[in-house]
Amino acid sequence: MIPTPDLSHLTKEDYKRVYEPAEDTFLLLDALEADADAIRALAPRVCLEIGSGTGIVSSFLGQIVGASDALFLCTDINPLSTACTARTGSQNKIPIEPLVASLARPLTSRLRHAVDVLVFNPPYVPTYEVEVDAAQRNGGISGSWAGGTDGMQVTDAFLRQVDGLLSPLGRFYLVAVKQNNVPKIKNLMSEVFALQSEIVLQRRAGSEHLFVLRFAR
Amino acid sequence: MVRLITHNLLACHAKGCTTNNFPLKLTDIKLALREADFNPDFLRGFLPRIEWDALVQASREIGDTSLPSERPEMLDDDLLKQLHRVLLEASHSHEGSMTCPNCGHVYPISNGIPNMLLAEHEIG
Repeated sequence: MIPTPDLSHLTKEDYKRVYEPAEDTFLLLDALEADADAIRALAPRVCLEIGSGTGIVSSFLGQIVGASDALFLCTDINPLSTACTARTGSQNKIPIEPLVASLARPLTSRLRHAVDVLVFNPPYVPTYEVEVDAAQRNGGISGSWAGGTDGMQVTDAFLRQVDGLLSPLGRFYLVAVKQNNVPKIKNLMSEVFALQSEIVLQRRAGSEHLFVLRFAR
Repeated sequence: MVRLITHNLLACHAKGCTTNNFPLKLTDIKLALREADFNPDFLRGFLPRIEWDALVQASREIGDTSLPSERPEMLDDDLLKQLHRVLLEASHSHEGSMTCPNCGHVYPISNGIPNMLLAEHEIG
Protein backbone atom coordinates (compact mmCIF):
# COMPACT_ATOMS: atom_id res chain seq x y z
CA MET A 1 0.00 0.00 0.00
CA ILE A 2 1.50 3.31 -1.08
CA PRO A 3 0.31 6.16 1.14
CA THR A 4 -1.73 8.93 -0.46
CA PRO A 5 0.50 12.04 -0.58
CA ASP A 6 0.08 14.55 2.23
CA LEU A 7 -1.87 17.63 1.10
CA SER A 8 -2.38 19.10 4.57
CA HIS A 9 -0.44 22.23 3.53
CA LEU A 10 -3.21 23.18 1.04
CA THR A 11 -6.28 25.15 2.10
CA LYS A 12 -9.75 26.01 0.84
CA GLU A 13 -8.23 29.17 -0.62
CA ASP A 14 -5.92 27.07 -2.80
CA TYR A 15 -8.83 24.93 -3.99
CA LYS A 16 -10.70 27.99 -5.22
CA ARG A 17 -8.14 28.31 -7.96
CA VAL A 18 -6.46 24.89 -8.22
CA TYR A 19 -8.27 21.62 -8.99
CA GLU A 20 -8.91 19.71 -5.79
CA PRO A 21 -8.23 15.96 -6.05
CA ALA A 22 -11.45 14.09 -6.75
CA GLU A 23 -12.58 10.64 -7.94
CA ASP A 24 -10.71 10.97 -11.24
CA THR A 25 -7.48 11.81 -9.39
CA PHE A 26 -7.86 8.86 -7.03
CA LEU A 27 -8.62 6.46 -9.89
CA LEU A 28 -5.35 7.58 -11.51
CA LEU A 29 -3.44 7.00 -8.25
CA ASP A 30 -5.01 3.52 -8.00
CA ALA A 31 -4.02 2.74 -11.59
CA LEU A 32 -0.40 3.81 -10.95
CA GLU A 33 -0.35 1.71 -7.80
CA ALA A 34 -1.72 -1.31 -9.70
CA ASP A 35 1.15 -0.86 -12.19
CA ALA A 36 3.78 -0.02 -9.55
CA ASP A 37 5.96 -3.11 -10.11
CA ALA A 38 5.97 -2.67 -13.87
CA ILE A 39 6.77 1.03 -13.52
CA ARG A 40 9.70 0.29 -11.19
CA ALA A 41 10.95 -2.42 -13.56
CA LEU A 42 11.36 0.25 -16.26
CA ALA A 43 13.88 2.08 -14.05
CA PRO A 44 12.39 5.37 -15.29
CA ARG A 45 14.74 8.38 -15.49
CA VAL A 46 12.28 10.97 -16.82
CA CYS A 47 8.68 11.28 -15.58
CA LEU A 48 6.47 14.02 -16.98
CA GLU A 49 3.00 15.00 -15.83
CA ILE A 50 0.86 17.40 -17.86
CA GLY A 51 -1.60 19.54 -15.88
CA SER A 52 -0.29 18.63 -12.45
CA GLY A 53 -2.74 20.75 -10.37
CA THR A 54 -1.96 20.14 -6.70
CA GLY A 55 0.99 17.87 -7.58
CA ILE A 56 -0.55 14.86 -5.83
CA VAL A 57 -0.07 12.50 -8.79
CA SER A 58 3.63 13.22 -9.36
CA SER A 59 4.26 13.01 -5.61
CA PHE A 60 2.62 9.58 -5.64
CA LEU A 61 4.64 8.56 -8.70
CA GLY A 62 7.76 9.74 -6.89
CA GLN A 63 6.95 7.43 -4.00
CA ILE A 64 6.62 4.51 -6.44
CA VAL A 65 9.78 5.25 -8.43
CA GLY A 66 11.99 6.66 -5.65
CA ALA A 67 12.62 10.35 -5.03
CA SER A 68 16.22 10.33 -6.29
CA ASP A 69 15.78 7.76 -9.06
CA ALA A 70 14.12 9.96 -11.68
CA LEU A 71 13.48 13.54 -12.71
CA PHE A 72 9.87 14.50 -12.01
CA LEU A 73 8.79 17.26 -14.39
CA CYS A 74 5.34 18.82 -14.21
CA THR A 75 3.62 21.39 -16.38
CA ASP A 76 0.46 23.39 -15.78
CA ILE A 77 -0.93 26.49 -17.49
CA ASN A 78 -2.04 27.83 -14.11
CA PRO A 79 0.84 29.45 -12.16
CA LEU A 80 -1.02 28.84 -8.90
CA SER A 81 -1.10 25.13 -9.71
CA THR A 82 2.63 25.02 -10.33
CA ALA A 83 3.20 26.73 -6.98
CA CYS A 84 0.98 24.12 -5.27
CA THR A 85 2.79 21.34 -7.14
CA ALA A 86 6.13 22.60 -5.81
CA ARG A 87 4.79 22.80 -2.25
CA THR A 88 3.26 19.31 -2.45
CA GLY A 89 6.56 17.95 -3.73
CA SER A 90 8.44 19.48 -0.75
CA GLN A 91 5.80 18.31 1.70
CA ASN A 92 6.20 14.73 0.45
CA LYS A 93 9.98 14.91 -0.08
CA ILE A 94 9.78 14.43 -3.85
CA PRO A 95 11.92 17.00 -5.74
CA ILE A 96 9.34 17.96 -8.39
CA GLU A 97 10.26 20.49 -11.08
CA PRO A 98 7.17 22.47 -12.08
CA LEU A 99 6.97 24.63 -15.20
CA VAL A 100 4.23 27.03 -16.21
CA ALA A 101 3.63 25.71 -19.72
CA SER A 102 1.00 24.47 -22.11
CA LEU A 103 1.14 20.66 -22.52
CA ALA A 104 4.81 19.71 -23.09
CA ARG A 105 5.65 22.51 -25.55
CA PRO A 106 9.02 23.79 -24.25
CA LEU A 107 10.21 20.20 -23.67
CA THR A 108 9.25 18.44 -26.91
CA SER A 109 12.47 19.07 -28.82
CA ARG A 110 14.83 18.00 -26.00
CA LEU A 111 12.69 15.15 -24.66
CA ARG A 112 12.22 13.44 -28.01
CA HIS A 113 11.65 9.74 -27.25
CA ALA A 114 12.99 10.32 -23.72
CA VAL A 115 9.98 10.25 -21.37
CA ASP A 116 9.62 6.97 -19.51
CA VAL A 117 6.41 7.70 -17.59
CA LEU A 118 4.03 10.26 -19.05
CA VAL A 119 0.82 11.14 -17.18
CA PHE A 120 -2.13 13.35 -18.12
CA ASN A 121 -5.41 13.84 -16.29
CA PRO A 122 -6.83 16.27 -18.85
CA PRO A 123 -9.80 18.64 -18.79
CA TYR A 124 -12.21 15.96 -20.05
CA VAL A 125 -15.66 17.44 -19.34
CA PRO A 126 -17.69 18.10 -22.52
CA THR A 127 -18.36 21.87 -22.85
CA TYR A 128 -18.83 24.45 -25.60
CA GLU A 129 -15.74 25.00 -27.68
CA VAL A 130 -15.51 28.72 -26.95
CA GLU A 131 -15.51 27.88 -23.26
CA VAL A 132 -12.42 25.69 -23.51
CA ASP A 133 -10.46 28.26 -25.52
CA ALA A 134 -11.16 30.94 -22.93
CA ALA A 135 -10.45 28.53 -20.07
CA GLN A 136 -7.04 27.55 -21.48
CA ARG A 137 -6.13 31.17 -22.19
CA ASN A 138 -7.00 32.34 -18.69
CA GLY A 139 -5.10 29.55 -16.99
CA GLY A 140 -7.72 29.53 -14.23
CA ILE A 141 -9.51 26.65 -12.57
CA SER A 142 -12.02 26.07 -15.39
CA GLY A 143 -9.02 25.13 -17.56
CA SER A 144 -8.64 22.04 -15.37
CA TRP A 145 -11.96 20.57 -16.47
CA ALA A 146 -13.49 22.33 -19.53
CA GLY A 147 -12.77 20.00 -22.45
CA GLY A 148 -14.82 21.36 -25.37
CA THR A 149 -16.65 19.13 -27.85
CA ASP A 150 -16.68 15.51 -26.55
CA GLY A 151 -14.38 16.81 -23.79
CA MET A 152 -11.52 16.00 -26.16
CA GLN A 153 -10.26 19.38 -27.36
CA VAL A 154 -7.19 19.57 -25.11
CA THR A 155 -6.61 15.79 -25.04
CA ASP A 156 -6.64 15.61 -28.86
CA ALA A 157 -3.94 18.26 -29.07
CA PHE A 158 -1.77 16.29 -26.67
CA LEU A 159 -2.35 12.83 -28.18
CA ARG A 160 -0.47 13.98 -31.28
CA GLN A 161 2.63 14.69 -29.16
CA VAL A 162 2.72 11.45 -27.18
CA ASP A 163 4.57 9.31 -29.72
CA GLY A 164 7.32 11.94 -30.01
CA LEU A 165 7.81 12.06 -26.25
CA LEU A 166 7.68 8.41 -25.18
CA SER A 167 10.96 6.52 -24.78
CA PRO A 168 11.15 3.06 -26.44
CA LEU A 169 9.73 1.32 -23.36
CA GLY A 170 7.89 4.37 -22.04
CA ARG A 171 4.27 4.35 -20.99
CA PHE A 172 1.56 6.99 -21.06
CA TYR A 173 -1.31 7.11 -18.56
CA LEU A 174 -4.42 9.05 -19.56
CA VAL A 175 -7.65 9.71 -17.66
CA ALA A 176 -10.83 9.73 -19.76
CA VAL A 177 -14.60 9.59 -19.36
CA LYS A 178 -17.06 7.58 -21.41
CA GLN A 179 -18.20 10.64 -23.44
CA ASN A 180 -14.61 11.04 -24.70
CA ASN A 181 -15.18 7.83 -26.73
CA VAL A 182 -12.51 5.53 -25.34
CA PRO A 183 -12.61 3.02 -28.26
CA LYS A 184 -12.03 5.90 -30.69
CA ILE A 185 -9.00 7.13 -28.69
CA LYS A 186 -7.55 3.61 -28.60
CA ASN A 187 -8.03 3.15 -32.37
CA LEU A 188 -6.53 6.51 -33.24
CA MET A 189 -3.41 5.88 -31.17
CA SER A 190 -3.01 2.38 -32.57
CA GLU A 191 -3.59 3.25 -36.24
CA VAL A 192 -1.80 6.57 -36.47
CA PHE A 193 1.00 6.14 -33.92
CA ALA A 194 1.27 2.34 -33.43
CA LEU A 195 0.77 2.85 -29.70
CA GLN A 196 -1.21 0.01 -28.14
CA SER A 197 -3.39 0.61 -25.13
CA GLU A 198 -5.20 -1.09 -22.31
CA ILE A 199 -7.75 0.03 -19.78
CA VAL A 200 -5.92 -0.20 -16.45
CA LEU A 201 -8.96 0.67 -14.32
CA GLN A 202 -12.47 2.00 -14.76
CA ARG A 203 -14.96 3.21 -12.19
CA ARG A 204 -18.34 4.87 -11.99
CA ALA A 205 -18.36 7.97 -9.79
CA GLY A 206 -21.70 9.74 -9.64
CA SER A 207 -22.63 10.62 -13.21
CA GLU A 208 -19.11 10.00 -14.55
CA HIS A 209 -17.81 6.72 -15.95
CA LEU A 210 -14.05 7.16 -15.55
CA PHE A 211 -11.21 5.28 -17.25
CA VAL A 212 -7.44 5.18 -16.92
CA LEU A 213 -5.78 4.10 -20.16
CA ARG A 214 -2.16 3.01 -20.55
CA PHE A 215 -0.39 3.40 -23.89
CA ALA A 216 2.91 1.81 -24.91
CA ARG A 217 4.69 0.71 -28.08
CA MET B 1 13.62 24.93 -7.74
CA VAL B 2 14.50 25.12 -11.39
CA ARG B 3 17.74 23.23 -11.56
CA LEU B 4 20.26 22.87 -14.37
CA ILE B 5 18.99 19.36 -15.10
CA THR B 6 15.68 20.94 -16.11
CA HIS B 7 17.24 23.96 -17.80
CA ASN B 8 19.08 21.47 -20.02
CA LEU B 9 15.72 20.23 -21.34
CA LEU B 10 14.07 23.58 -22.13
CA ALA B 11 14.10 25.08 -25.61
CA CYS B 12 12.44 28.18 -27.00
CA HIS B 13 9.20 27.24 -28.75
CA ALA B 14 8.09 30.62 -30.09
CA LYS B 15 6.62 30.75 -33.57
CA GLY B 16 9.27 30.21 -36.24
CA CYS B 17 12.07 29.82 -33.71
CA THR B 18 13.46 26.41 -34.60
CA THR B 19 17.23 26.77 -34.84
CA ASN B 20 19.79 27.95 -32.30
CA ASN B 21 16.89 28.09 -29.78
CA PHE B 22 18.78 26.15 -27.09
CA PRO B 23 20.18 26.51 -24.45
CA LEU B 24 18.29 29.46 -23.01
CA LYS B 25 20.65 32.04 -21.52
CA LEU B 26 20.34 32.42 -17.77
CA THR B 27 20.33 36.00 -16.51
CA ASP B 28 19.88 37.68 -13.13
CA ILE B 29 20.02 34.32 -11.44
CA LYS B 30 20.39 34.11 -7.69
CA LEU B 31 21.89 30.81 -6.80
CA ALA B 32 20.84 28.67 -3.87
CA LEU B 33 22.12 25.27 -2.86
CA ARG B 34 19.63 22.66 -1.83
CA GLU B 35 20.83 19.30 -0.69
CA ALA B 36 19.67 16.25 -2.66
CA ASP B 37 20.27 12.52 -2.24
CA PHE B 38 23.34 11.39 -4.18
CA ASN B 39 22.28 8.67 -6.61
CA PRO B 40 25.09 7.56 -8.98
CA ASP B 41 22.81 5.16 -10.89
CA PHE B 42 20.43 7.97 -11.73
CA LEU B 43 23.27 10.23 -12.88
CA ARG B 44 24.78 7.50 -15.09
CA GLY B 45 21.35 6.73 -16.55
CA PHE B 46 20.46 10.37 -17.15
CA LEU B 47 23.76 11.57 -18.59
CA PRO B 48 23.08 10.35 -22.17
CA ARG B 49 20.08 12.72 -22.22
CA ILE B 50 22.18 15.74 -21.25
CA GLU B 51 23.52 18.16 -23.87
CA TRP B 52 27.01 18.52 -22.45
CA ASP B 53 28.02 21.83 -24.08
CA ALA B 54 24.77 23.43 -22.92
CA LEU B 55 25.35 22.19 -19.37
CA VAL B 56 28.90 23.53 -19.27
CA GLN B 57 27.76 26.89 -20.64
CA ALA B 58 24.88 27.15 -18.13
CA SER B 59 27.04 26.13 -15.19
CA ARG B 60 29.53 28.88 -16.11
CA GLU B 61 26.67 31.39 -16.36
CA ILE B 62 25.85 30.65 -12.75
CA GLY B 63 29.50 30.88 -11.73
CA ASP B 64 30.53 27.22 -11.50
CA THR B 65 33.62 26.25 -13.48
CA SER B 66 34.13 22.73 -12.15
CA LEU B 67 32.94 20.75 -15.20
CA PRO B 68 35.37 19.78 -18.01
CA SER B 69 34.55 21.38 -21.37
CA GLU B 70 34.50 18.01 -23.16
CA ARG B 71 31.98 15.32 -22.28
CA PRO B 72 33.98 12.83 -20.17
CA GLU B 73 34.22 9.26 -21.35
CA MET B 74 34.70 7.83 -17.88
CA LEU B 75 32.59 8.82 -14.91
CA ASP B 76 34.66 8.52 -11.76
CA ASP B 77 33.34 9.26 -8.29
CA ASP B 78 34.67 12.82 -8.23
CA LEU B 79 33.00 13.70 -11.49
CA LEU B 80 29.72 12.07 -10.43
CA LYS B 81 29.75 14.22 -7.31
CA GLN B 82 30.43 17.35 -9.33
CA LEU B 83 27.60 16.48 -11.69
CA HIS B 84 25.31 15.83 -8.75
CA ARG B 85 26.03 19.25 -7.35
CA VAL B 86 25.72 21.13 -10.64
CA LEU B 87 22.67 19.30 -12.00
CA LEU B 88 20.65 18.58 -8.86
CA GLU B 89 21.74 20.78 -5.97
CA ALA B 90 22.25 24.20 -7.50
CA SER B 91 18.89 25.86 -7.98
CA HIS B 92 17.86 29.32 -9.03
CA SER B 93 15.98 30.20 -5.93
CA HIS B 94 13.75 33.11 -6.78
CA GLU B 95 13.53 35.56 -9.62
CA GLY B 96 15.46 35.63 -12.86
CA SER B 97 14.96 34.94 -16.51
CA MET B 98 15.97 32.77 -19.44
CA THR B 99 16.49 34.32 -22.86
CA CYS B 100 16.36 32.58 -26.23
CA PRO B 101 19.74 32.95 -28.01
CA ASN B 102 17.94 33.06 -31.37
CA CYS B 103 14.77 35.17 -31.16
CA GLY B 104 15.48 36.93 -27.86
CA HIS B 105 12.23 35.84 -26.23
CA VAL B 106 12.49 36.23 -22.44
CA TYR B 107 10.99 33.54 -20.21
CA PRO B 108 10.69 34.84 -16.65
CA ILE B 109 11.39 32.77 -13.54
CA SER B 110 9.13 33.65 -10.66
CA ASN B 111 9.42 32.07 -7.19
CA GLY B 112 11.79 29.57 -8.75
CA ILE B 113 9.30 28.45 -11.40
CA PRO B 114 9.96 29.23 -15.07
CA ASN B 115 7.03 30.61 -17.03
CA MET B 116 7.26 29.10 -20.51
CA LEU B 117 3.85 30.25 -21.73
CA LEU B 118 3.67 32.24 -24.94
CA ALA B 119 1.07 34.77 -26.01
CA GLU B 120 -1.35 33.49 -28.63
CA HIS B 121 0.36 35.30 -31.52
CA GLU B 122 3.75 33.84 -30.50
CA ILE B 123 2.64 30.20 -30.64
CA GLY B 124 3.94 28.28 -33.63
